[in-house]
Amino acid sequence: MSGGPGPASAIAAAVRSGARSAREVVDEHLRVIDQREPEIHAFNLVLAEKARARADEIDRRVAAGDDPGPLAGVPIALKDNLATRGIATTCSSRILEGWQPPYDATVVERLAEAGAIVVGKTNLDEFAMGSSTENSAFGPTRNPHDTSRVPGGSSGGSAAAVAAGFAPLALGSDTGGSIRQPAALCGVVGVKPTYGLVSRYGLVAFASSLDQIGPFAATVADAALLLEVIAGHDPRDATSIPRPVEQLAARLGDGVEGLRVGVVSDLLTEGISRDVVARTRAAADALSAAGAKVEEVSVPAVTLGLSAYYLIAPAEASSNLARFDGVRYGLRVDAPTTNEMMVATRTAGFGDEVKRRIMLGTYALSAGYYDAFYGKAQRVRTLILRDFAAAYERFDVLLSPTSPTTAFALGDKTADPLTMYLNDVCTIPSNLAGHPAMSVPFGAGDDGLPVGVQVMAPALGEVAMLRTGAVLEAALAGQGGAR
Amino acid sequence: MTTTSQPTDSLGQPITVPDSADTFVFDASDGSRWELVCGLEVHAELATATKMFSGAPNNFGDEPNTNIDPVTLGLPGTLPVVNERAVELAIRFGCAIGADIRPSVFSRKNYFYPDMPKDFQISQYDQPIVVGGHLELPSGHVVGVERAHLEEDTGKSTHVGGQGRITGAEYSLVDYNRAGVPLLEIVSRPHVRSPEQARSYVAELRAILLATGVNDGKLEEGSMRVDANVSVRPEGSDELGTRCEIKNLNSLRSLGRAIEHEARRQAELRVAGERVRQETRHWNEADGRTHTMRSKEEADDYRYFPEPDLVPVDPDPAWIERIRAALPMLPAARRARLAGASGIDPAAESIAVLVERGQDEQARAAIAAGGDPARVVVHIEQNLAGPGGADLDPSRLAALVALEVGGQLTATQAKQVLAEMLTDPADPAAIAAARGFEAMGTDALAAAVDGVVAAHPAEWEAFRTGDAKARGKLTGFFVGRVMKATGGQADGKAVTALLRQRAAG
Repeated sequence: MSGGPGPASAIAAAVRSGARSAREVVDEHLRVIDQREPEIHAFNLVLAEKARARADEIDRRVAAGDDPGPLAGVPIALKDNLATRGIATTCSSRILEGWQPPYDATVVERLAEAGAIVVGKTNLDEFAMGSSTENSAFGPTRNPHDTSRVPGGSSGGSAAAVAAGFAPLALGSDTGGSIRQPAALCGVVGVKPTYGLVSRYGLVAFASSLDQIGPFAATVADAALLLEVIAGHDPRDATSIPRPVEQLAARLGDGVEGLRVGVVSDLLTEGISRDVVARTRAAADALSAAGAKVEEVSVPAVTLGLSAYYLIAPAEASSNLARFDGVRYGLRVDAPTTNEMMVATRTAGFGDEVKRRIMLGTYALSAGYYDAFYGKAQRVRTLILRDFAAAYERFDVLLSPTSPTTAFALGDKTADPLTMYLNDVCTIPSNLAGHPAMSVPFGAGDDGLPVGVQVMAPALGEVAMLRTGAVLEAALAGQGGAR
Repeated sequence: MTTTSQPTDSLGQPITVPDSADTFVFDASDGSRWELVCGLEVHAELATATKMFSGAPNNFGDEPNTNIDPVTLGLPGTLPVVNERAVELAIRFGCAIGADIRPSVFSRKNYFYPDMPKDFQISQYDQPIVVGGHLELPSGHVVGVERAHLEEDTGKSTHVGGQGRITGAEYSLVDYNRAGVPLLEIVSRPHVRSPEQARSYVAELRAILLATGVNDGKLEEGSMRVDANVSVRPEGSDELGTRCEIKNLNSLRSLGRAIEHEARRQAELRVAGERVRQETRHWNEADGRTHTMRSKEEADDYRYFPEPDLVPVDPDPAWIERIRAALPMLPAARRARLAGASGIDPAAESIAVLVERGQDEQARAAIAAGGDPARVVVHIEQNLAGPGGADLDPSRLAALVALEVGGQLTATQAKQVLAEMLTDPADPAAIAAARGFEAMGTDALAAAVDGVVAAHPAEWEAFRTGDAKARGKLTGFFVGRVMKATGGQADGKAVTALLRQRAAG
């Protein structure tokens, strides 16, 4: 859908040349927000005044002959688990309500240097734990295509913001599919970069070894533009890859002639709805038509990903979320002793899903259980890497569905956490491997709602992945955007 | 507990306990004899400019909560980054004790406590950076080191009200200045066999850490903290008894006292047919006893797992070799060298003091310039400890010692001249002359002695005919009178010699 006033690249070009003012661009987007935000609830916080002031500053710089950067005047929405100096950062949790970080995340600094304008902080499943944005302490976000449906999650607010035209760009974080799955359900492009390509400094950690920040955009070109801005080595993140960033946007037109594409057969079977499988096969055909060599391939270990993920991610989360104890910041529920204060604060501050995962993770790391759970899950991770490595000897990129179904109705899966967890079956393997993957809209399902297909690549294979995404985008446009 | 497999340490290596001639063996109340087995864990703060995982200053004694930043406070979204300097200092220590430097991994040790900002501590667990090595104590006893690993310190809590502990406190204050300060935890093997060896080990460790610039050696500021693992066994047995970990050992004195007390406590338990429970005990300096802090059964499950925000530390072998090559000479070698140059026992206190103060080179140079070794060492130890003392030109010290040994200056005069030499560049003889410290000629001294003897015939008779004890007493009497008669210019030793000569003649 993307009812916004045009792609980011066009906005930046117009603002840099002085053809449009950043203020005008921002006002236009704020009007769209005014119209639809009440029914969507994409944002925890809209920064209207800050955005206008920032736009005026950009316009002054352009008038003075400065170049504000590649995202000059482009509005962007930030998932509310990215630290913003002096601006509430809640992770959609009561436990952080009102907390204002004294620092900016590295990606937020890079956006500022590139001339982007933050218009708001978007809703998410509490601490990024969920697949529907229904786990937010501040109420769910609704899918702009059908407000009775979820936008996916956990970056549902960011996906919905782009889909609704609130901003041409948004940032999310992806631990097990939290960018790609909502991108698919909202019909936008979502990219999870290679682990270490984008600095995690300032991303409130869920599962440190899996979390990556990545872009949402209406187009593959805009996603590539945003990824170029936020990628690159950061000395504040020890897991950040110390090498210069490749040109991405410039390579998008290279096409897929001769590219070897493997369609992952293991992700076309059980639990994936028929119409989603059909769209994935249609995408494979489109790539084939564009000159790619397409074949089916089995990557057996991917089916083990879900179980491994639900040990590793909760284990790391149980440790990462220990610091929310009421002592230093955020919520404090007073009690007679320090220990009771910590218990009371965490009991009141965390929602059910967060508590469930803290308990799962604590158990998985306990003395006597570590080897059977955490240790074994890490060995599964090695198996997945091995099977991917074998597949990437024969293929440049892999193709699969992003999500098993199109957007489901609010409340549909909240009663049974396991059904909710199954949403991530296609996306989790790339997180466990640290590989890049993206979701590209490829038509609609039987219910008329968007379907996304996932393009996966080996570590630092972003160029081939984005080229493939661009070809799919063009093919869909050529088919009139329909099914 | 019966076990067929040999007990192993944290790295799976077999535990051995060496014999020592100095082993502390003691009688329990029933007359049974017991011996001590002890290992020490020393937390040494590393002398870095910044913290283990952030750029916040590492500085003791500043206003509370000023040496902090978002990483120190563990604010949501912050990430640790390893301080390269801390790694370098750990390697330097490892090389100094002849240890292996290994690829190492940081883990998270999870437990809730308000002075720990993230509610976990980043520490090396099963893959420490330093493995093995040993310390040779001045007595010659060798204490093996199991491992040394890097970790971050916690903040400092002050519990107000109640017993000064978190339970029952009215409120608690936390200073996060110390949070994140780099620590090297140095774990000895159970090779410490007496309270004296424990003190000596910590003193030697401190000397090495100081010499290598790894730690500032300030025990009183808590920059070195010692815990002792104490167990006992029947004399001559090779069993490994249940150990207790003793905390709150704030000085070398309490270390020795606590170990001895704890050994006796454990022996009495066993004599009474009771079991020693594995637990952590708190040393109370005031009542001279250890008290239960927590038993193994109630110990936390720390849920260790590899720190996902950090990559393994795998130092380049060439870097390790550069660090090794740049190591200064270590205290044991310097003590041996000074002992060789001076003829003094290498285990003597004065030798250790000079090396620790870094004045052993000064002593060697003064001896090489002809200074009497014993007098050189005494002067440096006693009279050149203050400001500027270490800067005194060794050849001037040698010249002063020559005047003293030659009888031109008494010991007291030499001390006064030496004090003046620190600010007056003139040579010692000129300073002595300016002060009127004329050398007292042998004849003048003999005349003074004879005068005093003549004036006190009864005392002299008692001296002349008395035994060693009586003589000893009266020596002080006569020397004092001679000093008075000569206005303090007489040399006490020369007077004593003259008295003996007269009495024998």
